[in-house]
Amino acid sequence: MMRSEPRALQLNEHGQLKHFLTLDGLSHAILTEILDRADSFLSMGEQSVKKVPLLRGKTVVNLFFENSTRTRTTFELAAKRLSADVINLNIETSATSKGESLLDTLKNLEAMQSDMFIVRHSDSGAAHFIAEHCTPNVAIINAGDGRHAHPTQAMLDMLTIRRHKGRFEGLKVAIVGDILHSRVARSQLQALTTLGVSDVRLVGPKTLVPSFFAEMGATICHDLEAGLKDVDVVVMLRLQKERMKGALLPSESEFYRLYGLTEDTLAWAKPDAIVMHPGPINRGVEISSEVADGRQSVILDQVTNGIAVRMAVLSMAMSGQLQSEDGAATGDEK
Amino acid sequence: MKLRIQNGRLIDPSQDINAVVDLFIENQKVVAIGEAPDGFENADILDAAGQWILPGLVDVAVSLREPGFTQKGTIASEGRAAVSGGVTTLVCPPNTRPIVDTSSVAALIQDKADEAGMANVFPLGALTQGLAGEQLSNMVGLTEAGCIALSNHRNPMASTKVLSRALEYAATHDLLVVFHPDETSLSEGGCAHEGLMSTMHGLAGIPEEAETIALMRDLLLVEKTGVRAHFARLSCAKSIEMIADAKASGLDVTADVALHNLLLTDQVLDNFDGHYHVLPPLRSDEDRLTLIEGIKAGVISAICSDHQPHEKMAKIAPFAATEPGMANVEIILPLAMQLMDEGDLDFATVLQCLTSGPAACFGLEAGSLAVGSFADFILFDSTARWTWSYEGRKTKGHNSPYFGDELVGRVMSTYISGQRVYQVV
Repeated sequence: MMRSEPRALQLNEHGQLKHFLTLDGLSHAILTEILDRADSFLSMGEQSVKKVPLLRGKTVVNLFFENSTRTRTTFELAAKRLSADVINLNIETSATSKGESLLDTLKNLEAMQSDMFIVRHSDSGAAHFIAEHCTPNVAIINAGDGRHAHPTQAMLDMLTIRRHKGRFEGLKVAIVGDILHSRVARSQLQALTTLGVSDVRLVGPKTLVPSFFAEMGATICHDLEAGLKDVDVVVMLRLQKERMKGALLPSESEFYRLYGLTEDTLAWAKPDAIVMHPGPINRGVEISSEVADGRQSVILDQVTNGIAVRMAVLSMAMSGQLQSEDGAATGDEK
Repeated sequence: MKLRIQNGRLIDPSQDINAVVDLFIENQKVVAIGEAPDGFENADILDAAGQWILPGLVDVAVSLREPGFTQKGTIASEGRAAVSGGVTTLVCPPNTRPIVDTSSVAALIQDKADEAGMANVFPLGALTQGLAGEQLSNMVGLTEAGCIALSNHRNPMASTKVLSRALEYAATHDLLVVFHPDETSLSEGGCAHEGLMSTMHGLAGIPEEAETIALMRDLLLVEKTGVRAHFARLSCAKSIEMIADAKASGLDVTADVALHNLLLTDQVLDNFDGHYHVLPPLRSDEDRLTLIEGIKAGVISAICSDHQPHEKMAKIAPFAATEPGMANVEIILPLAMQLMDEGDLDFATVLQCLTSGPAACFGLEAGSLAVGSFADFILFDSTARWTWSYEGRKTKGHNSPYFGDELVGRVMSTYISGQRVYQVV
């Protein structure tokens, strides 16, 4: 009766990544492989010659339907350090014929014989859609789709945690703020639970933290002190100004008073807790400047780690594509 | 012309018949069941050995898309799809272009349906002009032009005051109003049931309160105005309780559900397949099971296909950007058979909700093979295994998650007023 069997759309017949769409369904082993590989690329970043030839001769297209300078730039750097040729395309989505233009855009890019699309789109499921409708042998990397997933961001966060804490088991992690609209939080929660963190707290008012997240393995806290109590890692999320208009919050000042991370509220966490933020930061809205620039902040490490994680993911997906025999996961006539 | 259908199993819930008996037809109507009346010695014979003889199905929600959206479907194409699914009487919604808010559009649809010679078509008229929810339509005129009931479809009313007045006016003339309970300020922008699946997948949710708040308001206004009311496409467990309570308190209301809401839940959204994008959305398993309980208890008296054909591009997009709806009218009976695979329902109850149940909701003379009825019937092979293919479909629509599925049970032929309008080749 339940018709949908979760297809392993992003894995080839050997169980290797051939796309990177979501962390949902990926094993502990694959996540660890991404982290290990990223670690090895990190040490390479410190050398004078920063390139490896893993993607030499491959064409990578940065396909951004939503603006994001930082994510696009780190993907571009990652692809270039793997010796790929990189094209950047920023495409405004037309509200009237979103699907049509998306498909048409894809067909055009396929005709240019690209090998990999790195996709950011405002619709949840856009990367899945592209992976299903794209010609085989093109690897699709999700650089953020709607509220659904931002798997490379979550993996760079995992790398940052592992490099600072050395482990995942036994850690307590708090994710604070606008969980409802956050693809980052969703992917982080999946990564953390897969990697063995059993105490993940989502902190915010009910309007921003729907109760359904409890069924995904998180603990929901509406009180910041309870949420931060003795945690090892604090993740602050960006609060968009339009949330006030949507009647989700009364004001920035009340949000900051109740959920903002300051030196005082951070004191509830463990003394050696690290503070992360996927950026861009709203100083004085979700986090104080003192904390963002303070000794516990690892926000800039996250950016550095982002390049290494993206190199790891791009190289793994390309290798999985090349080793995929069928390569025929095309959409059927439905 | 005289016709004797013999050796088939006649199943007609309206008469509580389930037996191998002969059916006798003369002048478009059923004239006898069982014993041959006088004068049938030389009648034409239709051998239905091994098959079920069922009343033609009555589907209260088939979008024909014409006029205005012929890239999605036409009265001829969707009429053909309907009869191939065993549907001999259908009700079509008013959201065509132009909208069914004038007699001429209502007449156009019926003329084209007559010309196509397929199912009997009864349009719904718009409750307000242009379905804009502001000014009342000419309800009496629309009814005189053949509209079976009035509805504002899924479009919101400008205010509760306009709704209240529309219902008072309809009640004045004893007209039937079809409600799609939906508080749009809660459902707007949503594309999936608000729950774990929509939360996990980052899809904007439609909470059950979007339906139940509107339903409660509508029921209060129905009680006040005394209008005849039918509630369409209920999807939530709580809605079933509310309709049951309303009926228990003496309110004369009826309700239907879409077949896909009985078969599927939001669990199918795992791969963002836009074919599962429907409104109201596929909800939780608890909701689904409660809808089924509602059918068993007689709270729900009709199951419809909610057939909404689309052109291919309408579904080629990320989930939220796809147009909602499935086009399943031609497999409504084999899909309904799947309800019994689970042991949830007996066939007579399901068949009643596909025949005499919906006919009674809309006051249609259809859905029964009692003596004196029009001979609208189908021959159904309940054990046939077949695959419904995209290439072999009759609908102009491209949108069903069921293409390629092996189905059990097949409509072999369809008769309207004793005339065959469809046969498997």
